[in-house]
Amino acid sequence: MDLALSEEQTLVVDNVRRFVREEIEPLEASLDPDADELPADDYRRLVDKTRAMGLYGLDIPVAYGGPDIDLVTRTLIAIETAQHRAGLYAPCYGVFGGAGLAQLFEATEAQKERYLFPMLRGEKKGFFGLTEPSGGSDPARAIQTRAVRDGDDWVINGGKIFISGADRADFGLVFARTDPERGRAGVTCFIVDTDMPGFHVRRVVHTLRAARYATELGFEDLRVPHANVLGEVGGGFAIANDRLSRQRIPYAAGCIGVAIKAHEMALAYVPQRETFGAPLSSRQAIQWMLVDNEIDIRNARWLTLEAAHRAERGEDFRKEAAMAKLVATEAGSRVVDRCIQMFGGYGVTKDLPLERWYREMRIRRIGEGPSEVQRHIIARDLLGASLR
Amino acid sequence: MIDGRGWSDAADAAALPGHMGVYELADAAGRVLYIGCAGGRSRFGLRGEVCDALGRIDGASRFRVEVTTAYLTRHRELLMRHQAAHGGLPAANGPVPGLGRLSPG
Repeated sequence: MDLALSEEQTLVVDNVRRFVREEIEPLEASLDPDADELPADDYRRLVDKTRAMGLYGLDIPVAYGGPDIDLVTRTLIAIETAQHRAGLYAPCYGVFGGAGLAQLFEATEAQKERYLFPMLRGEKKGFFGLTEPSGGSDPARAIQTRAVRDGDDWVINGGKIFISGADRADFGLVFARTDPERGRAGVTCFIVDTDMPGFHVRRVVHTLRAARYATELGFEDLRVPHANVLGEVGGGFAIANDRLSRQRIPYAAGCIGVAIKAHEMALAYVPQRETFGAPLSSRQAIQWMLVDNEIDIRNARWLTLEAAHRAERGEDFRKEAAMAKLVATEAGSRVVDRCIQMFGGYGVTKDLPLERWYREMRIRRIGEGPSEVQRHIIARDLLGASLR
Repeated sequence: MIDGRGWSDAADAAALPGHMGVYELADAAGRVLYIGCAGGRSRFGLRGEVCDALGRIDGASRFRVEVTTAYLTRHRELLMRHQAAHGGLPAANGPVPGLGRLSPG
């Protein structure tokens, strides 16, 4: 695998890096340290700029109006767009757009007309409803929300937790058990309108992620037409699993971007900060932290780009995506922790972004499948079907 | 809607801590007029924000606070809960773009 950037990739990465430093970072100076949204005027102005750069809607397939950019380049861009205070969970505050619920590209034409196209035009918002109080890493067994067929409808009862954006969404993808006897083949994905009777956003779930909160959902005799089944009845597990695998690459890239930014801040700070008559950079304890940061970042970057290369070539990338997610989230946590140690008391203030990254990076080792599940995926691949 | 906390008189606001958090202002009848938050850039945290808001909002004579580092999400939650219970936001809160909706049940 050649990690050298092509001329075109270098140009795109430089443009995005300049955009983050000249457009995003100055705006953050006046925002709340935990903000995840820009003022509407700034948001519209910057969306116009990303459109002019030809980089709006990066994850949208060309057939649906997205730019023709390969997955490796998109991963490199994701590393850049995370390099600011809100970058881990709100990279560039969303001004590069996105595909939203990519599962809808496989929807029926009627479903696309009603949900996908309005979502791509920014007219509708959706949420992804998989995790339940009984767990999120093992959807085949953990999903207890039930959907029962009743004529042309399905009636859903149950609940979800840790669901982002449901309180502001127009619709969502809800995974429910349609056949309790069939394990993973008994899970179906439904497109649910949030104004349907029986749909409830019960509460906000407060977490370390102070800005972009999660919600808990409740479904009480929520009646959904059969036409709103996404894919096949019993095909929900494959939809969920595919999403989880794909999501791991940009998830890893965001951690690498934040780690790079924290590392750069430390590299600039330690030669200036003096203790006991000498700059911090002259202390071996500090030098080793910087070395460990550099190695962590390069390891994570290599594995993440390898996963992106394999996915781009159409090869199986589940193991590689799991490795990338595992290493990038754990390395990113270590890098931010070391940088806080180098900055001392200032590192834990809201004057610097490090404290926010420290909180949010902790979630990354759990979200989208915790480290232990990634190790399980890798071990299962190494040992074959004998490991169950 | 800040649960389990009684109202304090406006005169006590100067003794509030400088922590981050959320607060509600009410009139003499206990009707909530405003829900606000003291964030990471607030000078003197809740003390500064509550004193400023009491001077700015007509009829506000009481307050209650909750210290929390999750001030942004808690602020939005309080606004949504008020909206769900009363059909709209408190009188002195302007429109909040993109505010979600809760149906606590």
